[in-house]
Amino acid sequence: MIASRALRVVGLLALLAVACALPLVLSNFRLFQFSQVYIYAIAILGLNMLTGYNGQFSLGHGAFYAVGAYVSAIMMDRWNVPYGWTIPVAGVLCLVVGFLFGLPALRLEGLYLALATFSLALAVPQILKYFEHWTGGSQGIVLSKPNAPFGLRLNPDQWLYFVTLATLVVLFWMGANLLRGRVGRAIVAIRDNHIAAEAMGVNSALYKSLVFGVSAAYTGVAGALSASVIAYVAPDSFNVFLSVTLLIGSVIGGLASISGAVFGALFIQFVPNWAQDISKAAPWAIFGVFLIVFMYVMPFGIAGAIRLLWIRATRSRAQQEGRSAVPSQAHTTT
Amino acid sequence: MGRPTCCDGTTPSAARTWGTELDIFIQQVVSGLATGGIYASVALALVMIYQATDVVNFAQGEMAMFATYVCWSLLNAGMPYWGAFLATLGIAFVGGVVIERVVIRPVEQAPILSIVIVTLGLLVICNSLAGWIWTYVQKPFPSPFPSKPFKAGNIVFGAHDLGQIGVTLVVLVCIYLFFRFTPLGLAMRAAAHNPVSSRLVGIRVGWMLALGWGLAAVFGAVAGMMVAPNLTLEPNLMGGVQIYAFAAATLGGFTSPGGAVLGGFIVGVVENLVGTYVSFIGTELKFTVALAMIIVVLLVKPTGLFGRTVVKRV
Repeated sequence: MIASRALRVVGLLALLAVACALPLVLSNFRLFQFSQVYIYAIAILGLNMLTGYNGQFSLGHGAFYAVGAYVSAIMMDRWNVPYGWTIPVAGVLCLVVGFLFGLPALRLEGLYLALATFSLALAVPQILKYFEHWTGGSQGIVLSKPNAPFGLRLNPDQWLYFVTLATLVVLFWMGANLLRGRVGRAIVAIRDNHIAAEAMGVNSALYKSLVFGVSAAYTGVAGALSASVIAYVAPDSFNVFLSVTLLIGSVIGGLASISGAVFGALFIQFVPNWAQDISKAAPWAIFGVFLIVFMYVMPFGIAGAIRLLWIRATRSRAQQEGRSAVPSQAHTTT
Repeated sequence: MGRPTCCDGTTPSAARTWGTELDIFIQQVVSGLATGGIYASVALALVMIYQATDVVNFAQGEMAMFATYVCWSLLNAGMPYWGAFLATLGIAFVGGVVIERVVIRPVEQAPILSIVIVTLGLLVICNSLAGWIWTYVQKPFPSPFPSKPFKAGNIVFGAHDLGQIGVTLVVLVCIYLFFRFTPLGLAMRAAAHNPVSSRLVGIRVGWMLALGWGLAAVFGAVAGMMVAPNLTLEPNLMGGVQIYAFAAATLGGFTSPGGAVLGGFIVGVVENLVGTYVSFIGTELKFTVALAMIIVVLLVKPTGLFGRTVVKRV
C-alpha cells in the first residue's frame, strides 16, 4: 500500500515536471492549447464532483463557466482589478450562485435536474446580451493578456500557462482531499443510496447544495482563467454546446475520477482538431464516430479503462493477499 | 391585454379592440397548438425510447431532420408529396431500427450517461452528414396543404397550421390504437415495463426495443416534415424543436406518453402567448421564459404533470 502510494506521488511529480518543461519546447499556440486543456480539466473536475461523485446531472455547467468569465472580465475591464484577484472572486461568487441554484434543484432528480440546468445554459447567452451595459452585448469585452510579473522573462502565453497550471495543481489537490475524506464518502453515499446515507446521519440536502456550490466554484474559476487566457469574452462562446462539451469531457474521461478530468479535457481540446485533419468536409461526423467508438471500447471512460487494466494486472498479487480486488467500477474512486 | 370593462357603448373603439384582441388571442393559441403538435410528436418519440431503455435520445431531432432531407430528395426526384411522405416514414422506421441494432445495442450494458454520450455522437454525425450531403444552404420545403388561409369570422388560420394539427392528431390516434389494441403493441409495452418477465413469456425484448426506436424515428420524421415548411430546411432545423420537445416531455412526465403529448401542446401555446403578450421579452428571451415557467411547474410537481413517482424499495 505504501509502495503504491509512493509510486503515485513519484508519477505525479514526474508529470508535473513534464508539464513545467513544456514551455521550453512548445510554440505559443500549443501552449495556449494546453492552457485551455488545464482550464477544461478544472471545469470538468467541478462537473465530475456533481455528476460523477454526487449523481446530480448537470447539462448547464457552461452557465457557471460564463459567470466566472464575465465576473473576471468585468472586474478587469471596469475597475482595473488585477487578473489574479478576479479569479478567487469569480470562484466565491460562483460558489454562492451554485449553492443557491442547488437549493431548488434539490427537489429535482435525474432528467428533471438535467432539464433545469439545461435551460440555465440556454438562458445565459441571452441574459448576457440583455445586460448590454455591463457585458458589452454581443460584441463582448476585449481584454489584454497580462505580462509576467517580477521581471520574469516569459511572454504572456507562457506566463498564463504557468498560472493555469498552478491553479490546476492547487484545485486538484484540494479536490482530491475533499473527495477522499469524510465529506467525499458522504457525497458518494448520497449518490449510491441517499436514504441509507441519511440513516447514517448525512445531511443530504446540505451536502447536495454544497456540492453544487463547490462544483460551480471550480467551473467558475475555470471560466475566469479562460477570460485571461483568451483575452476576450462574448456571449456566444458560452452557448449550450459548451455545457454539452463539458459533459462529454467528463464522461469520456471517466466519471467519478479525478484523473479522468484531465483525460476528458485532452479529448475535448484535441480530438475535434484531429477530426478536422481527417475530414475537412464533415469533421463533426468524425468526432461523433470518435465519441461512439470511445464509449463502445471504454464504457467507463478513459480513467475507468486504465483502472480496469490496472486491476487486471495486479489481480493475482491482490488475491494472494487474500482480498477481493475487483470492486464494481461505478463505486470506486481514483 | 384589453380590459372588458366597457359594455355601455360609450367607448365602441375599446370594445372593438377587445374583439380584435380576442381574435389575436385565438389565432395565437391555434398556431401555438400547431407548433405544439410538432413538439408533441418529438416528445412522444423521446418518451418511447426513455420508457423502454431509460435513455434520453439526444439525436431524436437530428434523426428527424435527416428524414426530412430524405423526403426532400424524394420530392426532387419527382415523387408526389404523399408518396414521398409515406416512403420517408418507411425509411425512417428502418433507419431507427438499424441505429438501435448497430449503434445502441453494443453499449446497452454501459452506464446511462455513456449511452447518452453515444446519442450525442449520433447527433453530431447526423447533423454533419446532412450538411455534407445536402449542404448548409437553406432549402424551401413544400407544404401539402393549400396556401390560402382559412377564415372563420374575423379569425384567420393558416391552412398549414390546421393541417399540421390534423396530421399530428391522426398519428397520435394511430399510435394509441396500435399500443392499445394490437398484440405487437402489447408486447412492446410489456417489454418496456418488465423486460425480465416479458422474456420469460417469449417476447423478444431486444427486437421490441429496436421496433421502439423505429417507431420513434417515424414520429420524428412526421414532425420534421410538418415543421420544415415553416422554418425552411437546413441541418439545424430541429435544434430548437428538440429542446422544446425535451421540455414538453419533462413537463408532461417522462413516464407518461399522454402527458408528453399534452406537454407538447402546452409548451407550444405558452411559447406563443409569452412571445406575443409579454412585450419586454419579445422573441429574444421567449425561449428562456418558456423554460423558466416549466421549471417553476417542476419545482411544484417534480415528476412532471402526469408522471408517476417511481417507488423504490430501500
